[in-house]
Amino acid sequence: MSGLFAQLDFAALFDFARGFRVAPMPLGAASSATDLGLWGLVIAVIAGAHKVGTPFLFVSLGECITEKSGRVNLGLEGTLVMGAMTGFAISYKTGSPWVGVLAAAGVGALLGALHAAMCNLPRVNYIAVGIAMMLFGMGLAFYLGKPYIQPSAPKLPAINLGFWSSIEQVQDALRINALFVVGVILAPTLAWVLKNTRWGMILRLAGESEEAAAAMGYSVPRIRLVATAVGGALAGVGGSYLSLYYPGSWSEQISSGQGLMAVALVIFARWSPVRCLFASLLFGGVGTLGVAMQGQNLTSASVAYLWFAAPYVLTLLIMVVTCSRLRAMVGAPAELSRVR
Amino acid sequence: MNSRSLAETLTITLGALVASLVIFGAFMFLFAHVRPGELFHWMYIGSFGTKFSWQYSLTRAAPLILAALCTALPARLGLIVIGGEGSLALGGLAAAGTGLLLAGHSPYAIQFGMAAAGCVAGGLLILLCGALRYWRGVNATISSLLLAYIAINVFNFLVEGPMRDPSSLNKPATYPIPNEAALGKMFALDVHWGLAYGIVACVLAWILMDHTTFGFAARMAGGNMRAAQAAGLPVGRLILVTCALGGAAAGLAGMVEVAAVHHQANGSLIAGYGFTGILVSFIARHHPLGIIPAAVLFGGLGAASGIMQRRLQIPDASVQVLMGIIFVMILLSESLYGRLRIFQPREVREAVAA
Repeated sequence: MSGLFAQLDFAALFDFARGFRVAPMPLGAASSATDLGLWGLVIAVIAGAHKVGTPFLFVSLGECITEKSGRVNLGLEGTLVMGAMTGFAISYKTGSPWVGVLAAAGVGALLGALHAAMCNLPRVNYIAVGIAMMLFGMGLAFYLGKPYIQPSAPKLPAINLGFWSSIEQVQDALRINALFVVGVILAPTLAWVLKNTRWGMILRLAGESEEAAAAMGYSVPRIRLVATAVGGALAGVGGSYLSLYYPGSWSEQISSGQGLMAVALVIFARWSPVRCLFASLLFGGVGTLGVAMQGQNLTSASVAYLWFAAPYVLTLLIMVVTCSRLRAMVGAPAELSRVR
Repeated sequence: MNSRSLAETLTITLGALVASLVIFGAFMFLFAHVRPGELFHWMYIGSFGTKFSWQYSLTRAAPLILAALCTALPARLGLIVIGGEGSLALGGLAAAGTGLLLAGHSPYAIQFGMAAAGCVAGGLLILLCGALRYWRGVNATISSLLLAYIAINVFNFLVEGPMRDPSSLNKPATYPIPNEAALGKMFALDVHWGLAYGIVACVLAWILMDHTTFGFAARMAGGNMRAAQAAGLPVGRLILVTCALGGAAAGLAGMVEVAAVHHQANGSLIAGYGFTGILVSFIARHHPLGIIPAAVLFGGLGAASGIMQRRLQIPDASVQVLMGIIFVMILLSESLYGRLRIFQPREVREAVAA
């Protein structure tokens, strides 16, 4: 235990605290790559919120749709990795990152449909199918992705909202990827569709009461098939963001559980697409803490591992706070609590 | 389990495995242009074809057996725990640390201390998962995986920070454990004692789950948690004890890997045994005795990976693809139970026919 504390750099912590008292320097006055002290950390976390948060956003929106139909897809981790590989490979072959994103969405939809088709069989447990699809998706992606580990593919474009600033870090923090913008528009749109359209209502009905949907003449397995396929497509898009923008290359370590954390994130967001957006930004910010602190020389390499664990700890804490064994959660589709 | 349902289980499981191999053969033929004959020839040679490959397969089966118990035991209660990898890492690290602390004592004392430390460290992790499930209703699948990620980061921190041997330059590791504390080979076999640990653990788990009132209560709670609670069963204690035992088994797997294979805790400990263990447990349908042959089979597949890579020039992920296919097929085969007429009792067959 004492070793743990000995590793903490107290001098760095001191700088950390002092940063609050230093008046912020006038933005725009400094040259590029300025030493911003604590502000550097804040800016890096803001940059991470949307950079690291975008895959969370897409996967959680996808999972949100699937869960609204009354089923959980734990296999999105595999879909994410498969989407990352497909997006990268297709972008490399065609030269167009957007074709890569589309292909990733297609592969994601296929994997989602496979998950749903398996769950529609009798006596098959959807949690177990999720784990199987996670392993299957990752294995397939690693196998098919072997030739694409070295080359570099055309990246997705970014929108430079930081043009007004001459500070490199600020410009970097405000360089917003086009897919993030798509996600920001998608979240409220999805909320509206779920609430107001016929499709959205049928989807929510299947998630609230299988019998009621069947009594109205809708096929619940088919609704869930479509919902899981759409969810998979969005997770695939999230994966393509990983390999086509940030970190921006394909490797077998590309995902570290984002697909699974997104499932917990949906619970935290209480099945609201708009809250998914804010939750994703939060997770992105926390997820970038380790790298940001390392970049600011606030931690040593080994202590950084403890910061890397921060998003998992946050997810766990959130689940501990929001879950309850006594009652179903507010906003949870009723069919979800049936099997669990 | 009576002989009829045992026959049904074996037939369906073997059928699913054969179907997976056929699909894998077709996949490899299409994507890697490897002829099925060659593929299965090298798979056999690498897994069970020679004395050396048997020895390697059994060496790999030892941690798999123990890691699979981490999923199999809580599964009796209806919890799907997939955090065995984290328990294994922490168990291995605790075992290495204890081995260093106890240096100078008798070899058996050191080994016992290492095993106990591994069990405690691994057990605590999954115990936490069970506690969150019981008191807060947190989904055990998600929480156990999150705990595994946290555990692995803590492992990396300790191995690269406070517990690092400064002479391990390229690959951070703890100091090596005392030589005399290493687990030796079992008598005639060229396989270390970890395999015996695993088999004993499975037999104990089988006795506990299938032949004691504790196991009966656990299965009852797994069937219907509410009903078990209404019947006055101590559901909380059942969950906590079962999860702790499962985690302890995975922690012991980490100890076995440290004491018999690596002799120190380093990144090689996190080699995916915990994740393969999940699959082993599902193939055994969470039956403790079924885990032993399933783990030997997957130990063999893992052992064959290297020779298949070299002889057939295929990526190392090929075995991962096969494992994914097997997992999917095993789950699909679940829907066949009760459908094959030959395994139905005569009364049921006649009733259906009438």
